[in-house]
Amino acid sequence: MARPKKLRKLSNPPKIKGFRPIKPAGEVEPAPILLDYDEFEALRLSDYLQNNQADAAREMGISRPTFARIYKNARRKIARSFAEGAPILFQGGPVYFTSEWYSCKNCRCFFNNPDKDKPSVICPLCRSSDVHQCETDTL
Amino acid sequence: MKIAITSTGNSPESTLDSRFGRCSYFVIYDTESGTTEFIPNPNKEAMEGAGPASIQLVASKGVEKVISGEFGGKVKAIFDSLKIQLVIVNDRTMTIAHIIEMVSK
Repeated sequence: MARPKKLRKLSNPPKIKGFRPIKPAGEVEPAPILLDYDEFEALRLSDYLQNNQADAAREMGISRPTFARIYKNARRKIARSFAEGAPILFQGGPVYFTSEWYSCKNCRCFFNNPDKDKPSVICPLCRSSDVHQCETDTL
Repeated sequence: MKIAITSTGNSPESTLDSRFGRCSYFVIYDTESGTTEFIPNPNKEAMEGAGPASIQLVASKGVEKVISGEFGGKVKAIFDSLKIQLVIVNDRTMTIAHIIEMVSK
């Protein structure tokens, strides 16, 4: 039996559900290509945020060779979609979602920041900006 | 923005419930209209899966923030995928009215 796949760490799922090609009217659309969430995240980390593969792999909680394999698959699927005119659907994959915990020094509460696109962090209870990120996952 | 708070009773004077999945009541507070809604938790006596069931309940109300004393092991990953923020308040004696006053500032 093959070794079970390690779950890949993701902060947020993609904003959209997928892509559909612009086609001449009347043409039949081929079956959609399923791009896994981990493949999407690999592409986002290395081509959009321009991390190197070792850093990107660390961010997803996997080894660098594994990251390279996921990334290769992602590019292959996108190239296939472009060449064949097939739509892309983002879904599934061995992933879990996570976010960092912060603690507020003013009111001593804990909170997390689920949306990584918003980097400025203030306490949701007392609006204080005297917060610091917890070192490890305390829960 | 709507905020869910776990409560031990159905009045603003009741204190924060320290559990999320098996809390007595959920308070849905709307920051724009200033209205509160008390919902009895149907999963209070659930044997298992109270957390995910409670997430469905609060997510169907369209909340963006959940305030509670503690969250179980299963719920954080689901909340992260729904982009709902979690807030853990350590002070168990805090009343619902006090929390609402703090978040509406």
